[in-house]
Amino acid sequence: MRAGFVLGELGTGLRRNLSMAVSVILVTMISMYLLGLGLLAQRQVDTMKDYWYDRVQVSIFLCVEGSQYAACSGKATTPTQREQIKAQLEQMKPPVKEIFYESQADAFKRFKEQFKNSPLAEQATERAFADSFRVSLTDAGKYDVIVSSFSGAPGVGRVQDQKQLLDRFFAFMNAVSWGAIALSALMVLCAVLLMATTIRQTAFSRRRETGIMRLVGASNATIQLPFVLETLVSALVGASLAMGLLWATVSYGIGGYLSKALMDTAFIGMTDVFAVAPWVVGGVAIVAVLTSWFTLRRYLRV
Amino acid sequence: MILFDAVTKTYPKATRPALSEVSLEVERGEFVFIVGSSGSGKSTLLRLAIREERATSGAVLVAGRELRTLPDRRVPMLRREIGTVFQDFRLLPNKSVFQNVAFALQVIGKSRALIRQTVPETLRVVGLEGKEKRLPHQLSGGEQQRVAIARAIVNKPTILLADEPTGNLDPATSRAIVELLDRINRSGTTVVVATHDHEMVNEFAAGSSSSTPGSWCATRPTATTARRPRQSPSFESMRATRTPRMGPPMPGRPEGSADAGRIRPR
Repeated sequence: MRAGFVLGELGTGLRRNLSMAVSVILVTMISMYLLGLGLLAQRQVDTMKDYWYDRVQVSIFLCVEGSQYAACSGKATTPTQREQIKAQLEQMKPPVKEIFYESQADAFKRFKEQFKNSPLAEQATERAFADSFRVSLTDAGKYDVIVSSFSGAPGVGRVQDQKQLLDRFFAFMNAVSWGAIALSALMVLCAVLLMATTIRQTAFSRRRETGIMRLVGASNATIQLPFVLETLVSALVGASLAMGLLWATVSYGIGGYLSKALMDTAFIGMTDVFAVAPWVVGGVAIVAVLTSWFTLRRYLRV
Repeated sequence: MILFDAVTKTYPKATRPALSEVSLEVERGEFVFIVGSSGSGKSTLLRLAIREERATSGAVLVAGRELRTLPDRRVPMLRREIGTVFQDFRLLPNKSVFQNVAFALQVIGKSRALIRQTVPETLRVVGLEGKEKRLPHQLSGGEQQRVAIARAIVNKPTILLADEPTGNLDPATSRAIVELLDRINRSGTTVVVATHDHEMVNEFAAGSSSSTPGSWCATRPTATTARRPRQSPSFESMRATRTPRMGPPMPGRPEGSADAGRIRPR
């Protein structure tokens, strides 16, 4: 089998079957784009976890006059109690890394700053905030040591771990990414069925050609190769377009917009796209070859 | 070259066999007509010879291979030794005459140089020089069949099978096609032609008996299991046995002997 002849036949086949090829390309593109998004979302979660787990703090809220925390019984923390808590924290290095003190007024100011675009900022009053110690840890997993030492201690209103808040957020992100992957699995099924249908159609419309090939003694591989190659080329074009879309999404959507709008977090970048792409494209190639092979076994007599 | 021994072929879901206990022998270099009415099993016989179908029972030997046990992956090599021609030509309508013939070589991986050399040669043999660039629909029926014959012989097969090659052609064109097949036979190819056209065969036999070194003989009709003729296919064969180009004539088979019963009823 001559390469030139094979390529010529491949070109003719794709041209004659253009609408079929385009449909395979588009369906593959959409399914692989969704799959890529799902995979990238998971990498985003991992990236953010790495970023945030280094920065999570445990907050030890103190009592203020008329505090809503039950442990305070409505009484403010005395300066002695506060000093005691501070001393105890100092003794716990490590895992305690750094200790900041944030007064009620500071907390209110920070809140106003963070939510300046939100109606919440108008409604909030300083009384809703409390003094707190913010404790950063050398190891984000050790937060329970702080929780167990300080919850219920005199003058402590509540111990709150930011990691729990983050985990809820990450669980949400994970669910979204799994949703995208599940959707893409459905789309891959569509793509497989479409490839199979395309091959059946093509095998039927070329039965004259394949009949002659069989009569003059062409090998099974020679007869089947054009079908496999056409499917493979369409699928690979679709997958490449999907990777291009993914690249554009990350480059313009995240690099160009999100990372500027939200300076305060880490985002995935091009390296993540390049890490995902070979797996997606390789997977598409395997799916295309297997699908055409199975379909040809059923629908092309050799 | 071709040997059928008590071959029976029953198609799936068919109530009666298409071929019943048929035996047939074709020697190297022979020109054999298989004559019979439609439905007598001629096409089935040819389809068995190229392993398009497998025999239900009996042995089929073609070009030294036992076809009932021949594994599927060896079938292409078998078919490269056999050229096949049909009533409906089976040309590719979007390819030119040259491309149609070249296609047969391209798909078995022959080099471009060989194709450029062999295809014009073959087109000259079948009398189509100068028409290489025509498309099939621009040719007459006879010319289309010549293209089909060129495609069948371009790989220099040892056997040429033709299933009703003149079925769509008028008598004069048919004669010319049979003469072409005869010419191909003279160059050493074993030719088997299935046809329902008694007259054409007789005419050809009469016309060529004086001019060929071999002889013509009509074998007797073979009503196999003759009790219910309508249910048992029958055909006869007519052959020109030529001296093979290589080697002496077969001993015990003197030229000109009435070599009847090559298709033997059982």
